Amino acid sequence: MNAVVPKDILITLSNAGVTRGGRTLVNGVDLTIARGEIVTLIGPNGSGKSTTAKLATGVLKPTMGSVTRLPGLRIGYVPQKLSIDWTLPLTVERLMTLTGRHTPEAIDATLEAVGAARLRKAAVQELSGGEFQRVLFARAMIRKPDLLVLDEPVQGVDFSGEVALYELVRQIRDTTRSGILMISHDLHVVMAETDTVICLNGHVCCRGTPSAVKRSPEYLKLFGERAAGSLAIYEHHHDHEHHDDGCVVAEGHEHGHEGHDHGH
Amino acid sequence: MAWCLKLGCAMFGDYFTRALIAGVGLALVAGPLGCFVVWRRMAYFGDTMAHSALLGVALSIILSMNMTLGVFAVAALVAGALIVLQRQASLSTDALLGILSHSTLAVGLVLVGFLTTVRIDLMGFLFGDILAVSVEDIVIIYGGGVGILAILILAWRPLLASTVSPELAEAEGLRPEASRLVLMILMASVIAIAMKLVGVLLITSLLIIPAATARRLSATPEAMAAVAAVLGAVAVVGGLFGSRTWDTASGPSIVVMALVIFLVSLAVPVSRLFGRRVPHGT
Repeated sequence: MNAVVPKDILITLSNAGVTRGGRTLVNGVDLTIARGEIVTLIGPNGSGKSTTAKLATGVLKPTMGSVTRLPGLRIGYVPQKLSIDWTLPLTVERLMTLTGRHTPEAIDATLEAVGAARLRKAAVQELSGGEFQRVLFARAMIRKPDLLVLDEPVQGVDFSGEVALYELVRQIRDTTRSGILMISHDLHVVMAETDTVICLNGHVCCRGTPSAVKRSPEYLKLFGERAAGSLAIYEHHHDHEHHDDGCVVAEGHEHGHEGHDHGH
Repeated sequence: MAWCLKLGCAMFGDYFTRALIAGVGLALVAGPLGCFVVWRRMAYFGDTMAHSALLGVALSIILSMNMTLGVFAVAALVAGALIVLQRQASLSTDALLGILSHSTLAVGLVLVGFLTTVRIDLMGFLFGDILAVSVEDIVIIYGGGVGILAILILAWRPLLASTVSPELAEAEGLRPEASRLVLMILMASVIAIAMKLVGVLLITSLLIIPAATARRLSATPEAMAAVAAVLGAVAVVGGLFGSRTWDTASGPSIVVMALVIFLVSLAVPVSRLFGRRVPHGT
């Protein structure tokens, strides 16, 4: 049980949103991340997961609502896609000091912690998808971040690798007490490890513990659409909210919605 | 020049030695900066800035201002214009570069044609005239070069981080947009000091060829920058001696020498990394 004393709260988003060039990317997001807590953002493409994460990290300023962050908050970031061109010679150990200076001992220890110690001298272009992901985890961890942001951390990793990476996330949480913000469209494995799931579709559709979210009709609808590829059920409780709060209208989904639901 | 004699630098009296000193100084700066041009795929971008240098020459003569400053200003303006156009226009970056590159070169050539009062060595500006380098030019090259290298070293980590992933750099509190701006200013500076030596049409080759050659011989970005600097210097020395031996144009000879080194490096089986591109993500 996390005792929520104020100093443990790393980031608070209250009713936060971003409008850019007349388009609302996301709005009305309420979200807190405390130390040692795993928060997972799920939702379809274009639902505002990345935008919400950027609000949390401070890369984007909210145009609506507010975002408060612990002063001096240190962030470690594991990017979604990172393709390092062959023209850039980069070893694993050099990658570890990409955004800050670290001692050789710290590099060794961190690589060891993710099970990638033997890769230290390897060129990043030579690593497999799973190895590269571990190294990227290590690179973010070596910063001793207060908040670790993982953007689609298991993309392109096979199932056993996926399980191992989630185990690693749990370990990182337990040993470092970092807050963890995870962005995912992979809804199965992550559910077990996470404290709060926030389901986005331009705004917060539903939220709660994994098991609560799993039972919510909004989640089932979003998830069902993605998995089944077609949705015949006319379950539009969720869509009326979209029309009412107007955010989806601004995203150009107004006409798309009914067609969207029937067409898929 | 009294101070020159006082320093006892009779060596500066020889035009060939001056060319060697100036060229090596330029190569030492162009190599490391050229690595970023290669990593960030900015070759055509660099070419565009370089082509605009002729416009800078014409404008600085018309406005009777310092030519190095004029060239720098125009190259930086063209870079800025490109960024603005990239954000607004619907044309691809590729097409925008093509438009800017050739139109600035053409406008420069037309303006030079209007300058009837001043005699301009057009070939010298297009292909460089390293053998005409003065002591003053050497001072500018080394002064500017030290400045450029100092900024490059100071900004190295954020520059490299935002080259690897702007998104990652931004999330961890660095500013990739600022890094990009720094890089453009450095490129404009190098173009300004390099124009006299190798000419607007050949400047980017000194940025790109040594860096591309260095890739196969290096395991880290820092090593690649250092190797590129050394290889560039070797190309300058080799090219200049070649041009003296065979009485060929000096600027092009340097570039040919750089190309020869590049081709030779392809035959050296040093790097087991070569050809092993493992894509990540997706």
